[in-house]
Amino acid sequence: MLTIKNLHAEVEGKKILKGINLEINKGEMHAIMGPNGSGKSSLASVLAGRDNYTVTEGEVWFNGKNLLDLSPEDRAREGVFLAFQYPVEIPGVSNLNFLKTALNEIRAYKGLPALEAREFLKLTKEKQQLVDFHSNLMNRSLNEGFSGGEKKRNEIFQLAMLDPQLAILDETDSGLDIDALRIVSSGVNKLRDAEKSFVVITHYQRLLEYIIPDFVHVLYNGRIIKTGTKELALELEERGYDWLKEELHLKESV
Amino acid sequence: MINSNEIIDDIANKEYEFGFTTDIEMDIAPPGLNEDIIRFISAKKNEPEWLLEWRLKGFAAFKKMEFPKWQHFEMPALDLQAVSYYAAPRKKKQLNSLDEVDPELLATFEKLGIPLNEQKALTGVAVDAVFDSVSVATTFKGKLKEMGVIFCSFGEAVQEHPELVKKYLGSVVPHTDNVFAALNSAVFSDGSFVYIPKGVRCPMELSTYFRINAQNTGQFERTLIIADDNSYVSYLEGCTAPMRDENQLHAAVVELVALEHAEIKYSTVQNWYPGDKDGKGGIYNFVTKRGICKGAASKISWTQVETGSAITWKYPSVILQGDHSEGEFYSVAVVRNKQIADTGTKIHHIGKGTKSRIISKGISAGHGDNSYRGLVSVGPRADNARNFTQCDSLLIGNQCGSHTFPYIESRNKSAMIEHEATTSKIGEDQIFYLNQRGIDSEKAVALIVNGYVKEVLNQLPMEFAVEAQKLLSITLEGSVG
Ligand SMILES: Nc1ncnc2c1ncn2[C@@H]1O[C@H](COP(=O)(O)OP(=O)(O)OP(=O)(O)O)[C@@H](O)[C@H]1O
Ligand SMILES: [Mg+2]
Repeated sequence: MLTIKNLHAEVEGKKILKGINLEINKGEMHAIMGPNGSGKSSLASVLAGRDNYTVTEGEVWFNGKNLLDLSPEDRAREGVFLAFQYPVEIPGVSNLNFLKTALNEIRAYKGLPALEAREFLKLTKEKQQLVDFHSNLMNRSLNEGFSGGEKKRNEIFQLAMLDPQLAILDETDSGLDIDALRIVSSGVNKLRDAEKSFVVITHYQRLLEYIIPDFVHVLYNGRIIKTGTKELALELEERGYDWLKEELHLKESV
Repeated sequence: MINSNEIIDDIANKEYEFGFTTDIEMDIAPPGLNEDIIRFISAKKNEPEWLLEWRLKGFAAFKKMEFPKWQHFEMPALDLQAVSYYAAPRKKKQLNSLDEVDPELLATFEKLGIPLNEQKALTGVAVDAVFDSVSVATTFKGKLKEMGVIFCSFGEAVQEHPELVKKYLGSVVPHTDNVFAALNSAVFSDGSFVYIPKGVRCPMELSTYFRINAQNTGQFERTLIIADDNSYVSYLEGCTAPMRDENQLHAAVVELVALEHAEIKYSTVQNWYPGDKDGKGGIYNFVTKRGICKGAASKISWTQVETGSAITWKYPSVILQGDHSEGEFYSVAVVRNKQIADTGTKIHHIGKGTKSRIISKGISAGHGDNSYRGLVSVGPRADNARNFTQCDSLLIGNQCGSHTFPYIESRNKSAMIEHEATTSKIGEDQIFYLNQRGIDSEKAVALIVNGYVKEVLNQLPMEFAVEAQKLLSITLEGSVG
């Protein structure tokens, strides 16, 4: 479904991604871990089409389409969803109105008619329950005055509503209390199916106890330096990243 | 891919959609401002002597006045001698019904979305259409007459209801008020007149649509609305003009009088030609609008959506004379390209227990410069007067400007005056967030702007709120990737 080949990208003249290779198939759950500043959010941004990043080399294919050729909104409409590490606040725009617009834009792209108000509300209710999202947040302005945790949960609620093919969750677990973490993870697990794929970016092995990944990748200095299974996350939890960095330096000095 | 510079460039490059001209035979007076032209206008309109004298007094006052210097923009050079002060579509004969109006004119208004044919007209809205200097048609007159509502062109009111005109003309905006009001008093051409009798709730929206068409003319209309005791009226004003390279002056005067328990809602959707992206051409919209709540417990509410004009310079005001009277000002002013707006309101609390509410929403894009200027004054008699002011600015891009000049003068200790102000910016990250949810940048801007202006648009009658919303998204269009 998603193929990233030798992806290089820079921001403000600074090289951030230095040759990422990654293959994600339908139904897979990939976790990306790595020290602060290693380029995890940057990778997510490049995939979503943020325009301050310049791709200098490499390719990204999504369901047979050259993703890098598409505008950010078309990537979203094709089914790429990014749950932001820092969701923005948009005063004056109600959460509900925003979601309706988004959903109908995506539907229009697929040649589907706009959802009728009744159907939309039904869907909203259903998904709200699925991810246990408070209904009093629905009519508030988009993320305005939401607590950190509420913002993260709103991202998951949107994910449930928009039903993408590929969901990238950038540190959605940070800032969640223990109960919220469980609720969000169980929401994600319910959304998992054979057609959908996930990339979860996280610093904490704890999340991966709830959401069991098929693969764990370590991103360091703009490159994936190690790939393993969920045991790798446990090992990182115990040993940190230094041993990996050393391994890498040894390799490079050979 | 889109970046915000492109969005802003596109906003700047969006064409004005009402820029066409109408080819029609016109009577146009030669350019020049002098007593002769004033006498000519007055004679053309068959005015009584007292009105000519009033005009001449206005002219005398004008000659002694200077252009103000306090505004937050550079005053353009105005050559008032180069302007023609009278332009009217040539009438073949006296018009008895709409069928006799020049089809070309009807077509023009149709094109603007203002059908003057009563069958096609919006139900519940009566329209007075003003083309250059004169009113060409008023719809639903008969129906209104049954209730005693007078809605006609100003010229007609002078002929048919001189006692009302004489009593109220200049009673709110005297001919000495300011240089543009003085000029208007001298040369005003036409406009609308409304009188709502005691106890009548006007059954439909009254609306005037102004169209400047002729070249080198100014438009100087005068509107006078009187709501007698216990009456209610909602009045709307819309306007457009062709695209021309030279600037044209629009110096109107609007006077509102609300008697005891009466309520006047006055809404404006201003869409004069704003000039091109380099600031060439466009209307100078220098208008004096003021209402007086003369009677106790009366109410005047101004709502304005200002998207057009090269320069918008006006402060729709309310004098709260009657005890417990109420004044409101709701405003959205949008500037882009090189447009300038210096607008706001003045509320004078004179009577006891008077209340006012000011909600101003400025939007600046491109190189636009938007100023809110407002005065809230409370006189010594105005015990327990209350004011609430909310003044917000929204910036799109880095090259626009926004300024706030609130003035408060209180001479009564019991007054409560609240002022809140915010400035926000449509950020690239907000646009990107919406993009990432499948919403293109153009829609994203519209979504944010609509949310921002909601409180003001809610004040407009339904159909016009929808119109205004569309107008705002067209005005700010340009997020096309
Ligand atoms: N606009 C920018 N200008 C300059 N440097 C940037 C910009 N955006 C990101 N960077 C740099 O790119 C590097 C990677 O940042 P990124 O946000 O991708 O890290 P991350 O792996 O997500 O880290 P964290 O775990 O802290 O979220 C950092 O060094 C960051 O400072
Ligand atoms: Mg990050």
